[in-house]
Amino acid sequence: MADDLKTPLLDELEKGPWPSFVTDIKSCADKSEMCRDLLGQLEKSYEDKRGYWKHGGLVGVMGYGGGVIGRYSALPEEFPGVSHFHTVRVNQPSGWFYTTSALREILDIWEEHGSGLTNMHGSTGDMVLLGTRTEELEPIFRALTEKGWDLGGSGSDLRTPSCCVGPARCENACFDTLAVTYDLTKSYQDELHRPMFNYKYKIKASGCPNDCTAAIARSDMGLIGIWKDDIKVDQAKFAEFVDKGMDIQGAVVDLCPTSCISVDGKEITIDNSNCVKCMHCINRLPGALAVGDDKGFAVTLGAKAPIVEGALFGSVIIPFMKCEDNDFEELHDLIERIWEFWDEYGTARERIGEFIERISLATFLEGVGLEASPKMVKAPRDNPYIFYEEYYEEEGASASEE
Amino acid sequence: MADVTIEQLADDMFELVSSSAGQKKLKAGDLTKAMKEKYGDVPRADTKAAIKSLIDSGRCVYGYFGGSSIEMPRVEGSANE
Repeated sequence: MADDLKTPLLDELEKGPWPSFVTDIKSCADKSEMCRDLLGQLEKSYEDKRGYWKHGGLVGVMGYGGGVIGRYSALPEEFPGVSHFHTVRVNQPSGWFYTTSALREILDIWEEHGSGLTNMHGSTGDMVLLGTRTEELEPIFRALTEKGWDLGGSGSDLRTPSCCVGPARCENACFDTLAVTYDLTKSYQDELHRPMFNYKYKIKASGCPNDCTAAIARSDMGLIGIWKDDIKVDQAKFAEFVDKGMDIQGAVVDLCPTSCISVDGKEITIDNSNCVKCMHCINRLPGALAVGDDKGFAVTLGAKAPIVEGALFGSVIIPFMKCEDNDFEELHDLIERIWEFWDEYGTARERIGEFIERISLATFLEGVGLEASPKMVKAPRDNPYIFYEEYYEEEGASASEE
Repeated sequence: MADVTIEQLADDMFELVSSSAGQKKLKAGDLTKAMKEKYGDVPRADTKAAIKSLIDSGRCVYGYFGGSSIEMPRVEGSANE
Protein backbone atom coordinates (compact mmCIF):
# COMPACT_ATOMS: atom_id res chain seq x y z
CA MET A 1 0.00 0.00 0.00
CA ALA A 2 1.24 3.50 -0.79
CA ASP A 3 3.01 5.01 2.21
CA ASP A 4 1.19 8.35 2.11
CA LEU A 5 -2.10 6.78 3.27
CA LYS A 6 -1.99 6.55 7.04
CA THR A 7 -4.59 4.36 8.75
CA PRO A 8 -3.54 3.98 12.39
CA LEU A 9 -7.00 3.00 13.62
CA LEU A 10 -7.60 0.45 10.89
CA ASP A 11 -4.11 -0.93 11.53
CA GLU A 12 -5.33 -1.99 14.97
CA LEU A 13 -7.68 -4.41 13.24
CA GLU A 14 -4.73 -6.25 11.75
CA LYS A 15 -3.12 -7.03 15.08
CA GLY A 16 -5.31 -9.90 16.26
CA PRO A 17 -4.77 -13.56 15.39
CA TRP A 18 -7.51 -13.61 12.77
CA PRO A 19 -7.49 -12.75 9.07
CA SER A 20 -8.23 -9.07 8.66
CA PHE A 21 -10.39 -7.43 6.02
CA VAL A 22 -8.14 -4.39 6.40
CA THR A 23 -5.14 -6.40 5.21
CA ASP A 24 -7.15 -7.64 2.24
CA ILE A 25 -8.23 -4.16 1.21
CA LYS A 26 -4.70 -2.83 1.65
CA SER A 27 -3.41 -5.51 -0.69
CA CYS A 28 -5.56 -3.99 -3.44
CA ALA A 29 -5.01 -0.32 -2.57
CA ASP A 30 -2.03 0.23 -4.87
CA LYS A 31 -3.91 -0.79 -7.99
CA SER A 32 -7.40 0.45 -7.14
CA GLU A 33 -8.41 3.99 -6.27
CA MET A 34 -11.68 2.56 -5.01
CA CYS A 35 -9.91 0.37 -2.45
CA ARG A 36 -7.58 3.18 -1.45
CA ASP A 37 -10.40 5.62 -0.86
CA LEU A 38 -12.40 2.94 0.93
CA LEU A 39 -9.58 2.68 3.47
CA GLY A 40 -9.41 6.47 3.70
CA GLN A 41 -13.13 6.90 4.30
CA LEU A 42 -13.24 4.05 6.79
CA GLU A 43 -10.32 5.50 8.74
CA LYS A 44 -12.10 8.85 8.85
CA SER A 45 -15.27 7.15 10.08
CA TYR A 46 -13.32 5.60 12.92
CA GLU A 47 -11.69 8.93 13.75
CA ASP A 48 -14.97 10.82 13.71
CA LYS A 49 -17.07 7.97 15.14
CA ARG A 50 -19.70 8.23 12.42
CA GLY A 51 -20.48 6.58 9.13
CA TYR A 52 -20.11 8.36 5.80
CA TRP A 53 -22.26 6.17 3.57
CA LYS A 54 -25.50 7.30 1.95
CA HIS A 55 -28.15 4.83 0.93
CA GLY A 56 -28.96 4.55 -2.77
CA GLY A 57 -32.55 3.34 -2.93
CA LEU A 58 -33.10 3.48 -6.68
CA VAL A 59 -29.93 1.80 -7.85
CA GLY A 60 -30.35 -1.44 -9.78
CA VAL A 61 -30.44 -3.12 -13.15
CA MET A 62 -33.29 -2.91 -15.62
CA GLY A 63 -36.24 -5.09 -14.69
CA TYR A 64 -34.87 -6.26 -11.35
CA GLY A 65 -35.85 -4.89 -7.97
CA GLY A 66 -33.18 -6.79 -6.08
CA GLY A 67 -29.57 -7.84 -6.30
CA VAL A 68 -27.98 -4.40 -6.00
CA ILE A 69 -27.58 -2.43 -2.79
CA GLY A 70 -26.87 1.22 -3.51
CA ARG A 71 -24.23 3.13 -1.57
CA TYR A 72 -22.79 6.60 -2.13
CA SER A 73 -20.07 8.34 -0.18
CA ALA A 74 -21.15 11.37 1.81
CA LEU A 75 -17.66 12.77 1.15
CA PRO A 76 -17.27 12.37 -2.62
CA GLU A 77 -14.81 15.25 -3.02
CA GLU A 78 -12.50 13.88 -0.36
CA PHE A 79 -12.86 10.25 -1.45
CA PRO A 80 -13.83 10.26 -5.14
CA GLY A 81 -12.94 6.59 -5.55
CA VAL A 82 -15.91 5.60 -3.42
CA SER A 83 -18.28 8.31 -4.62
CA HIS A 84 -20.35 5.33 -5.80
CA PHE A 85 -19.79 2.07 -3.93
CA HIS A 86 -22.71 -0.21 -4.78
CA THR A 87 -22.84 -3.84 -3.76
CA VAL A 88 -23.88 -6.58 -6.18
CA ARG A 89 -25.28 -9.86 -4.90
CA VAL A 90 -24.72 -12.86 -7.15
CA ASN A 91 -26.85 -15.96 -6.73
CA GLN A 92 -24.54 -18.65 -5.43
CA PRO A 93 -24.69 -22.25 -6.63
CA SER A 94 -26.52 -24.66 -4.30
CA GLY A 95 -24.21 -25.76 -1.51
CA TRP A 96 -21.57 -23.21 -2.59
CA PHE A 97 -19.85 -25.62 -4.93
CA TYR A 98 -17.60 -23.81 -7.39
CA THR A 99 -14.95 -24.77 -9.83
CA THR A 100 -11.86 -22.59 -9.77
CA SER A 101 -12.60 -21.52 -13.33
CA ALA A 102 -16.07 -20.35 -12.26
CA LEU A 103 -14.53 -18.28 -9.49
CA ARG A 104 -11.99 -16.79 -11.91
CA GLU A 105 -14.84 -15.94 -14.24
CA ILE A 106 -16.60 -13.97 -11.51
CA LEU A 107 -13.44 -12.27 -10.33
CA ASP A 108 -12.39 -11.27 -13.85
CA ILE A 109 -15.76 -9.61 -14.37
CA TRP A 110 -15.54 -7.92 -11.02
CA GLU A 111 -12.00 -6.63 -11.46
CA GLU A 112 -13.00 -5.16 -14.82
CA HIS A 113 -16.17 -3.48 -13.58
CA GLY A 114 -15.81 -3.08 -9.82
CA SER A 115 -13.40 -2.79 -6.93
CA GLY A 116 -12.33 -6.44 -7.04
CA LEU A 117 -13.35 -6.82 -3.39
CA THR A 118 -15.67 -9.67 -2.51
CA ASN A 119 -17.39 -11.10 0.52
CA MET A 120 -17.73 -14.86 0.27
CA HIS A 121 -20.46 -15.18 1.35
CA GLY A 122 -23.12 -12.82 2.65
CA SER A 123 -25.46 -13.99 5.38
CA THR A 124 -28.13 -14.92 2.83
CA GLY A 125 -25.56 -16.98 1.00
CA ASP A 126 -24.92 -14.90 -2.09
CA MET A 127 -21.53 -14.01 -3.42
CA VAL A 128 -21.25 -10.36 -2.47
CA LEU A 129 -19.28 -8.12 -4.82
CA LEU A 130 -18.39 -4.94 -2.96
CA GLY A 131 -18.07 -1.58 -4.66
CA THR A 132 -18.93 -0.42 -8.13
CA ARG A 133 -20.32 2.60 -9.94
CA THR A 134 -23.87 3.06 -11.20
CA GLU A 135 -22.81 3.09 -14.86
CA GLU A 136 -21.06 -0.27 -14.41
CA LEU A 137 -24.15 -2.10 -13.15
CA GLU A 138 -25.67 -2.97 -16.51
CA PRO A 139 -22.32 -4.09 -17.98
CA ILE A 140 -21.72 -6.27 -14.91
CA PHE A 141 -25.19 -7.76 -15.16
CA ARG A 142 -24.72 -8.44 -18.87
CA ALA A 143 -21.30 -10.04 -18.32
CA LEU A 144 -22.60 -12.22 -15.50
CA THR A 145 -25.70 -13.41 -17.32
CA GLU A 146 -23.71 -14.15 -20.49
CA LYS A 147 -21.74 -16.62 -18.36
CA GLY A 148 -24.87 -18.13 -16.84
CA TRP A 149 -24.85 -16.29 -13.53
CA ASP A 150 -27.71 -14.28 -12.10
CA LEU A 151 -28.23 -11.72 -9.38
CA GLY A 152 -29.54 -12.75 -5.98
CA GLY A 153 -32.37 -11.29 -3.98
CA SER A 154 -32.56 -8.13 -1.90
CA GLY A 155 -35.35 -5.91 -0.65
CA SER A 156 -38.87 -7.19 -0.03
CA ASP A 157 -38.48 -10.30 -2.14
CA LEU A 158 -37.62 -13.94 -1.91
CA ARG A 159 -34.00 -13.87 -0.86
CA THR A 160 -31.64 -16.20 -2.62
CA PRO A 161 -32.48 -19.69 -1.33
CA SER A 162 -29.47 -21.39 0.22
CA CYS A 163 -28.59 -24.82 1.53
CA CYS A 164 -25.92 -26.98 3.07
CA VAL A 165 -23.79 -29.34 0.97
CA GLY A 166 -26.48 -31.98 1.50
CA PRO A 167 -26.16 -35.43 -0.04
CA ALA A 168 -23.28 -34.24 -2.24
CA ARG A 169 -20.88 -34.56 0.65
CA CYS A 170 -22.75 -35.48 3.79
CA GLU A 171 -24.06 -38.87 4.85
CA ASN A 172 -26.46 -37.23 7.31
CA ALA A 173 -28.55 -35.56 4.62
CA CYS A 174 -32.18 -36.62 5.00
CA PHE A 175 -33.26 -34.98 1.75
CA ASP A 176 -31.69 -33.45 -1.32
CA THR A 177 -31.05 -29.91 -0.16
CA LEU A 178 -29.28 -29.03 -3.40
CA ALA A 179 -32.21 -30.14 -5.51
CA VAL A 180 -34.80 -28.28 -3.48
CA THR A 181 -32.74 -25.09 -3.52
CA TYR A 182 -32.24 -25.30 -7.26
CA ASP A 183 -35.93 -26.05 -7.74
CA LEU A 184 -37.11 -23.13 -5.60
CA THR A 185 -34.65 -20.75 -7.24
CA LYS A 186 -35.83 -21.70 -10.71
CA SER A 187 -39.52 -21.88 -9.82
CA TYR A 188 -39.70 -18.51 -8.10
CA GLN A 189 -37.64 -16.25 -10.34
CA ASP A 190 -40.28 -13.52 -10.30
CA GLU A 191 -40.48 -13.58 -6.51
CA LEU A 192 -36.67 -13.45 -6.32
CA HIS A 193 -36.11 -10.56 -8.71
CA ARG A 194 -39.31 -8.54 -8.45
CA PRO A 195 -40.05 -7.52 -4.85
CA MET A 196 -43.71 -8.22 -4.20
CA PHE A 197 -43.86 -9.13 -0.54
CA ASN A 198 -44.42 -7.17 2.65
CA TYR A 199 -40.79 -7.72 3.49
CA LYS A 200 -37.97 -10.17 2.89
CA TYR A 201 -38.54 -13.93 2.85
CA LYS A 202 -35.57 -16.22 3.36
CA ILE A 203 -35.55 -19.95 2.70
CA LYS A 204 -32.72 -22.15 3.90
CA ALA A 205 -32.41 -25.91 3.60
CA SER A 206 -30.35 -28.02 6.01
CA GLY A 207 -30.10 -31.72 5.37
CA CYS A 208 -30.23 -32.83 9.01
CA PRO A 209 -30.78 -31.40 12.50
CA ASN A 210 -27.13 -30.29 12.64
CA ASP A 211 -28.62 -27.43 10.62
CA CYS A 212 -25.44 -26.19 8.99
CA THR A 213 -27.28 -23.26 7.39
CA ALA A 214 -28.74 -22.22 10.77
CA ALA A 215 -32.17 -22.35 9.13
CA ILE A 216 -33.93 -22.61 12.48
CA ALA A 217 -32.58 -19.21 13.51
CA ARG A 218 -31.94 -17.32 10.30
CA SER A 219 -34.60 -18.15 7.76
CA ASP A 220 -38.24 -17.17 7.52
CA MET A 221 -38.79 -20.67 6.18
CA GLY A 222 -36.41 -23.42 7.20
CA LEU A 223 -36.36 -26.89 5.69
CA ILE A 224 -34.54 -29.13 8.10
CA GLY A 225 -33.90 -32.79 7.41
CA ILE A 226 -35.29 -35.27 9.92
CA TRP A 227 -36.04 -38.96 10.13
CA LYS A 228 -38.84 -40.75 11.92
CA ASP A 229 -37.51 -44.20 12.63
CA ASP A 230 -34.55 -45.49 14.63
CA ILE A 231 -30.93 -44.43 14.50
CA LYS A 232 -29.05 -47.08 12.52
CA VAL A 233 -26.33 -48.86 14.45
CA ASP A 234 -23.30 -50.71 13.08
CA GLN A 235 -21.98 -52.55 16.14
CA ALA A 236 -18.75 -53.66 14.40
CA LYS A 237 -17.85 -50.06 13.58
CA PHE A 238 -18.79 -49.03 17.10
CA ALA A 239 -16.40 -51.65 18.46
CA GLU A 240 -13.62 -50.04 16.41
CA PHE A 241 -14.16 -46.75 18.25
CA VAL A 242 -13.92 -48.61 21.57
CA ASP A 243 -10.78 -50.42 20.42
CA LYS A 244 -9.17 -47.11 19.47
CA GLY A 245 -9.63 -45.94 23.04
CA MET A 246 -12.31 -43.34 22.52
CA ASP A 247 -13.88 -42.11 25.77
CA ILE A 248 -17.36 -43.27 24.82
CA GLN A 249 -18.79 -42.57 28.27
CA GLY A 250 -17.50 -39.02 28.47
CA ALA A 251 -17.80 -38.01 24.84
CA VAL A 252 -21.08 -39.65 23.94
CA VAL A 253 -23.10 -41.31 26.72
CA ASP A 254 -22.80 -38.55 29.31
CA LEU A 255 -23.57 -35.86 26.74
CA CYS A 256 -26.78 -37.43 25.47
CA PRO A 257 -29.45 -34.87 26.42
CA THR A 258 -32.04 -37.53 27.21
CA SER A 259 -29.69 -40.19 28.60
CA CYS A 260 -31.00 -42.70 26.12
CA ILE A 261 -27.66 -44.35 25.30
CA SER A 262 -26.12 -47.23 27.19
CA VAL A 263 -22.92 -49.10 26.44
CA ASP A 264 -22.01 -52.59 27.51
CA GLY A 265 -18.45 -53.38 26.55
CA LYS A 266 -18.31 -52.99 22.79
CA GLU A 267 -22.05 -52.83 22.26
CA ILE A 268 -24.11 -49.69 22.14
CA THR A 269 -27.86 -49.54 22.76
CA ILE A 270 -30.08 -46.58 22.00
CA ASP A 271 -33.53 -46.16 23.48
CA ASN A 272 -34.97 -44.55 20.36
CA SER A 273 -38.28 -43.87 22.07
CA ASN A 274 -36.48 -41.27 24.18
CA CYS A 275 -34.02 -40.01 21.57
CA VAL A 276 -34.59 -36.39 20.48
CA LYS A 277 -32.33 -36.74 17.44
CA CYS A 278 -29.92 -34.07 18.59
CA MET A 279 -27.25 -35.59 16.30
CA HIS A 280 -24.52 -35.55 18.96
CA CYS A 281 -23.89 -39.31 19.05
CA ILE A 282 -24.09 -39.59 15.27
CA ASN A 283 -21.59 -36.75 14.90
CA ARG A 284 -19.18 -38.36 17.36
CA LEU A 285 -19.48 -41.89 15.98
CA PRO A 286 -19.58 -41.51 12.20
CA GLY A 287 -20.08 -44.84 10.49
CA ALA A 288 -21.15 -46.56 13.69
CA LEU A 289 -24.35 -44.56 14.00
CA ALA A 290 -26.39 -43.08 11.19
CA VAL A 291 -29.68 -41.35 10.57
CA GLY A 292 -32.67 -43.64 9.97
CA ASP A 293 -34.30 -44.72 6.74
CA ASP A 294 -37.66 -42.92 6.93
CA LYS A 295 -36.29 -39.54 5.93
CA GLY A 296 -37.83 -36.20 4.99
CA PHE A 297 -37.76 -32.68 6.34
CA ALA A 298 -39.55 -30.48 8.82
CA VAL A 299 -40.66 -27.00 7.83
CA THR A 300 -40.06 -24.20 10.30
CA LEU A 301 -41.45 -20.75 9.93
CA GLY A 302 -40.75 -17.35 11.37
CA ALA A 303 -37.08 -17.04 12.31
CA LYS A 304 -35.47 -13.66 11.90
CA ALA A 305 -32.73 -11.41 13.20
CA PRO A 306 -33.61 -8.35 15.31
CA ILE A 307 -34.05 -5.68 12.65
CA VAL A 308 -37.48 -4.10 13.01
CA GLU A 309 -38.56 -6.14 16.04
CA GLY A 310 -36.76 -8.68 18.20
CA ALA A 311 -35.14 -11.89 17.01
CA LEU A 312 -37.32 -14.96 16.60
CA PHE A 313 -36.61 -18.65 16.24
CA GLY A 314 -38.53 -20.68 13.71
CA SER A 315 -41.48 -22.78 14.84
CA VAL A 316 -42.37 -26.12 13.34
CA ILE A 317 -45.41 -25.86 11.10
CA ILE A 318 -44.91 -29.01 9.07
CA PRO A 319 -43.39 -31.68 11.31
CA PHE A 320 -42.54 -34.00 8.46
CA MET A 321 -42.74 -33.76 4.69
CA LYS A 322 -41.58 -36.41 2.27
CA CYS A 323 -40.32 -35.50 -1.17
CA GLU A 324 -39.94 -38.72 -3.11
CA ASP A 325 -37.98 -38.39 -6.34
CA ASN A 326 -37.43 -34.71 -5.64
CA ASP A 327 -41.05 -33.89 -6.31
CA PHE A 328 -41.54 -30.60 -4.50
CA GLU A 329 -45.12 -29.93 -5.51
CA GLU A 330 -46.42 -30.22 -1.94
CA LEU A 331 -43.79 -27.73 -0.80
CA HIS A 332 -44.66 -25.32 -3.62
CA ASP A 333 -48.31 -25.52 -2.65
CA LEU A 334 -47.49 -24.73 0.97
CA ILE A 335 -45.18 -21.83 0.09
CA GLU A 336 -47.73 -20.25 -2.23
CA ARG A 337 -50.54 -20.51 0.33
CA ILE A 338 -48.31 -18.87 2.93
CA TRP A 339 -47.29 -16.07 0.58
CA GLU A 340 -50.85 -15.41 -0.48
CA PHE A 341 -52.13 -15.16 3.09
CA TRP A 342 -49.18 -13.06 4.29
CA ASP A 343 -49.51 -10.81 1.25
CA GLU A 344 -53.20 -10.24 1.95
CA TYR A 345 -53.06 -9.59 5.68
CA GLY A 346 -49.46 -8.71 6.53
CA THR A 347 -48.35 -5.13 7.03
CA ALA A 348 -45.39 -3.25 5.55
CA ARG A 349 -42.02 -4.54 6.77
CA GLU A 350 -43.67 -7.34 8.72
CA ARG A 351 -41.75 -10.60 8.54
CA ILE A 352 -43.71 -13.82 8.48
CA GLY A 353 -42.71 -14.60 12.09
CA GLU A 354 -43.96 -11.24 13.30
CA PHE A 355 -47.12 -11.71 11.28
CA ILE A 356 -47.81 -15.02 13.02
CA GLU A 357 -47.10 -13.46 16.41
CA ARG A 358 -49.55 -10.67 15.67
CA ILE A 359 -52.45 -12.71 14.37
CA SER A 360 -51.76 -15.89 16.42
CA LEU A 361 -50.63 -19.26 15.18
CA ALA A 362 -54.17 -20.62 15.23
CA THR A 363 -55.40 -17.88 12.88
CA PHE A 364 -52.39 -18.33 10.65
CA LEU A 365 -52.88 -22.09 10.38
CA GLU A 366 -56.50 -21.61 9.50
CA GLY A 367 -55.55 -18.98 6.94
CA VAL A 368 -53.11 -21.25 5.14
CA GLY A 369 -55.28 -24.34 5.49
CA LEU A 370 -53.25 -26.40 7.95
CA GLU A 371 -54.64 -28.53 10.76
CA ALA A 372 -53.19 -27.63 14.14
CA SER A 373 -51.14 -30.40 15.68
CA PRO A 374 -49.19 -30.88 18.93
CA LYS A 375 -46.19 -31.67 16.76
CA MET A 376 -46.00 -28.01 15.74
CA VAL A 377 -43.44 -27.18 18.39
CA LYS A 378 -42.97 -23.47 18.98
CA ALA A 379 -39.39 -22.32 18.56
CA PRO A 380 -37.66 -25.66 19.30
CA ARG A 381 -34.34 -24.94 20.91
CA ASP A 382 -32.03 -26.72 18.55
CA ASN A 383 -33.80 -29.13 16.25
CA PRO A 384 -37.31 -29.74 15.01
CA TYR A 385 -37.60 -33.30 16.30
CA ILE A 386 -41.08 -34.65 16.85
CA PHE A 387 -42.01 -37.94 18.44
CA TYR A 388 -43.67 -40.25 15.98
CA GLU A 389 -45.83 -42.74 17.76
CA GLU A 390 -46.19 -45.06 14.78
CA TYR A 391 -42.63 -46.14 15.43
CA TYR A 392 -43.07 -46.59 19.15
CA GLU A 393 -46.41 -48.23 19.69
CA GLU A 394 -44.91 -50.78 21.99
CA GLU A 395 -42.00 -50.27 24.27
CA GLY A 396 -38.74 -51.24 22.62
CA ALA A 397 -40.33 -52.24 19.35
CA SER A 398 -40.59 -50.27 16.14
CA ALA A 399 -43.97 -50.39 14.53
CA SER A 400 -44.49 -50.62 10.81
CA GLU A 401 -44.08 -47.58 8.61
CA GLU A 402 -46.99 -45.35 7.80
CA MET B 1 -64.95 -9.82 -12.23
CA ALA B 2 -64.52 -6.99 -14.72
CA ASP B 3 -62.90 -7.82 -18.02
CA VAL B 4 -59.70 -5.83 -17.81
CA THR B 5 -56.53 -6.14 -19.84
CA ILE B 6 -53.03 -6.20 -18.46
CA GLU B 7 -52.31 -2.96 -20.31
CA GLN B 8 -55.26 -1.30 -18.58
CA LEU B 9 -54.07 -2.58 -15.20
CA ALA B 10 -50.59 -1.23 -15.93
CA ASP B 11 -52.01 2.17 -16.89
CA ASP B 12 -54.10 2.31 -13.73
CA MET B 13 -51.14 1.31 -11.61
CA PHE B 14 -48.98 3.94 -13.30
CA GLU B 15 -51.59 6.56 -12.50
CA LEU B 16 -51.55 5.51 -8.85
CA VAL B 17 -47.76 5.58 -8.63
CA SER B 18 -47.44 8.93 -10.38
CA SER B 19 -50.17 10.56 -8.31
CA SER B 20 -48.60 9.26 -5.07
CA ALA B 21 -45.06 10.35 -5.98
CA GLY B 22 -43.51 12.37 -3.20
CA GLN B 23 -46.35 11.52 -0.82
CA LYS B 24 -46.55 7.77 -0.38
CA LYS B 25 -44.37 4.89 -1.47
CA LEU B 26 -46.55 2.17 -2.92
CA LYS B 27 -45.60 -1.49 -2.68
CA ALA B 28 -46.48 -4.12 -5.25
CA GLY B 29 -49.12 -5.35 -2.79
CA ASP B 30 -50.70 -1.89 -2.57
CA LEU B 31 -51.08 -1.78 -6.35
CA THR B 32 -52.52 -5.28 -6.44
CA LYS B 33 -55.06 -4.48 -3.72
CA ALA B 34 -56.05 -1.25 -5.46
CA MET B 35 -56.75 -3.17 -8.68
CA LYS B 36 -58.84 -5.70 -6.77
CA GLU B 37 -60.85 -2.90 -5.24
CA LYS B 38 -61.41 -1.33 -8.62
CA TYR B 39 -62.06 -4.40 -10.73
CA GLY B 40 -63.00 -7.16 -8.33
CA ASP B 41 -61.10 -10.42 -8.16
CA VAL B 42 -58.31 -9.75 -10.66
CA PRO B 43 -56.07 -12.82 -11.09
CA ARG B 44 -52.76 -12.46 -9.29
CA ALA B 45 -50.95 -13.45 -12.47
CA ASP B 46 -52.46 -10.45 -14.24
CA THR B 47 -51.42 -7.94 -11.59
CA LYS B 48 -47.94 -9.45 -11.58
CA ALA B 49 -47.79 -9.15 -15.36
CA ALA B 50 -48.97 -5.54 -15.19
CA ILE B 51 -46.24 -4.63 -12.68
CA LYS B 52 -43.71 -6.45 -14.81
CA SER B 53 -44.70 -4.44 -17.86
CA LEU B 54 -44.50 -1.19 -15.88
CA ILE B 55 -40.97 -1.99 -14.76
CA ASP B 56 -39.69 -3.52 -17.99
CA SER B 57 -40.96 -0.57 -20.02
CA GLY B 58 -39.08 1.82 -17.73
CA ARG B 59 -42.22 3.75 -16.80
CA CYS B 60 -41.59 2.82 -13.16
CA VAL B 61 -38.63 1.55 -11.18
CA TYR B 62 -38.19 -0.43 -7.98
CA GLY B 63 -36.98 1.49 -4.98
CA TYR B 64 -35.82 0.37 -1.57
CA PHE B 65 -36.05 2.49 1.55
CA GLY B 66 -36.60 0.02 4.38
CA GLY B 67 -39.02 -1.96 2.22
CA SER B 68 -39.32 -2.24 -1.55
CA SER B 69 -41.65 0.05 -3.45
CA ILE B 70 -42.58 0.94 -7.01
CA GLU B 71 -41.71 4.48 -7.93
CA MET B 72 -41.36 6.99 -10.71
CA PRO B 73 -37.89 7.08 -12.28
CA ARG B 74 -35.88 9.98 -10.94
CA VAL B 75 -32.45 10.97 -9.73
CA GLU B 76 -32.48 10.36 -6.02
CA GLY B 77 -31.24 12.96 -3.60
CA SER B 78 -28.40 10.85 -2.26
CA ALA B 79 -26.89 10.14 -5.69
CA ASN B 80 -23.45 11.59 -6.40
CA GLU B 81 -22.40 12.75 -9.86
